[in-house]
Amino acid sequence: MSNVAIIGVGQSEFVRSYPGSIRELAFESFQEAVCDARIGPKDIDASVVCSAPEYDRQRSPAGVFAEYLGLNPQPTVYVETLCASGSTGLRLAYALIESGLHRVVAVIGFQKMSEISSAESQERMGRGADIQWESPFGTMMPAYYAMYARAHMATYGSTPEDLAAIRVKASTYGRLNEKAVYRKPVTLDMFSDPENRMAAPVATPLRVGDCCANADGSSCIIVAGKERAAAVSENPVWIRGLGAASASVNLSGRELFTGLSVARSAAAQAYTMAGIGPADIDVAEVHDCFTIAELMAYEDLGFAPPGQGRHLIREKATYRDGRIPVNLDGGLLSKGHPIGATGGSQIRTIVLQLRGEAGDTQVKDPRFGLVHNIGGAGLYGNVTILESDR
Amino acid sequence: MTEKKSIDDRFKRFGTVSFTAVTRVNDFIDHLQAGTVSGTRCRGCGRLFFPPRAHCCDCLSGDMDWFPVKGIGRLVSFSRLQYAPSGFEADVPYCLGLVDFTDCKVFGRIAAEVPDTEITVGMPMRAVARRLESHRISYVFVPARE
Repeated sequence: MSNVAIIGVGQSEFVRSYPGSIRELAFESFQEAVCDARIGPKDIDASVVCSAPEYDRQRSPAGVFAEYLGLNPQPTVYVETLCASGSTGLRLAYALIESGLHRVVAVIGFQKMSEISSAESQERMGRGADIQWESPFGTMMPAYYAMYARAHMATYGSTPEDLAAIRVKASTYGRLNEKAVYRKPVTLDMFSDPENRMAAPVATPLRVGDCCANADGSSCIIVAGKERAAAVSENPVWIRGLGAASASVNLSGRELFTGLSVARSAAAQAYTMAGIGPADIDVAEVHDCFTIAELMAYEDLGFAPPGQGRHLIREKATYRDGRIPVNLDGGLLSKGHPIGATGGSQIRTIVLQLRGEAGDTQVKDPRFGLVHNIGGAGLYGNVTILESDR
Repeated sequence: MTEKKSIDDRFKRFGTVSFTAVTRVNDFIDHLQAGTVSGTRCRGCGRLFFPPRAHCCDCLSGDMDWFPVKGIGRLVSFSRLQYAPSGFEADVPYCLGLVDFTDCKVFGRIAAEVPDTEITVGMPMRAVARRLESHRISYVFVPARE
């Protein structure tokens, strides 16, 4: 049984271009999380700042944020595992508290991607892969996930329409999320209309509609030990399971191409630590940077057997009223994907669900929630299991 | 007068854009120049590596030998890119693939002259060295007859 709780959550709006600096962007989610936790900056013993470092001119943002957020002279540290940085920050905060070193830790994730062009951004993201042996061929993230999609389709018979159905689900909930960057409706018809932008190929078999958008944003999670949580919080959400794994950066070093080994390994660790299994999860957030990533997550997390994930989306089992609701905040596909902020945003969504505060997308009386957060094309994987206090 | 030490930056010629200039496995470029795609074999424990490495992560030896990636492999997966990162725009569209040669897997491009309609998962392919413009060098996958 863990003694570490989440007592406050916050998220900025995710937008195409944030009209401010990174410290101001960080403030937006920090202020919301601190108010949610009903504490002040001086109650926070340490901070963990999460992002992918290549998007900003500012070196070492942790120190800059600590000053701007009123967190001096407390210690601060920067962590990075690409798109999984936010949940890696949560893992570090958990360890800092369980060790007794700190009592309350703020995990602040952010990314301001709008300062560079989309092509430059793709090039930087592509360099999150193997720059010596793969990048010289012109790699980018959609292409890696596209290769997983192609292998999944060839092995199991999943289809481009299954992937499009995942995007349609994302838009169903993204429309309800005031903090999402993409809130327009998306229909299956758009994918079958060659004139529609959604249907334009990016990296076959993935189309524009299969890919999430870059965004600017920040997220903040306040984590506390049992004593502090009991003293300040009426609705703590408990961290019950943590799993983390890494894999070969180069696809040449991998064995599995129809799922992500890091997700399978991290999920097994998290389920074991929590003492539960996939059937116990009431609501989940998965890392749908691409539609195929969500389909593979269904299988990697054990919501469906390998190769059977397509049936979950075909039967709408991952909609709010289905057997295992997934990404009821619209996912990365609708919210946008400000790399370092994404993990914290996913955690926030599950915390709100477990507190019964998710509004129109609220699942009925959930007890266990799961967060699946992936860095790179399956280079890093974190799975986190949270439990309601109710 | 001391002579300025020259830097062995052969690797900067690899692929369309190389992000690495200096590596302990620079001989890879010379092997490509001679027409061979090569990996490394650990002299300590015999483990084969592609991409080539200067060090073995099993026995921690730094004593490596070269071996040629020969024969016919199977296409594990592929994707045709309609967009490209900065520096690769002139190559669009191009097709990335992963080929399993049993002893090792190799990531790279499928040769541009291979028609899209002929590319399928599981098809037999060979890896061949190929010279690019401006003295650059790479390798590509081409269909193989069994």
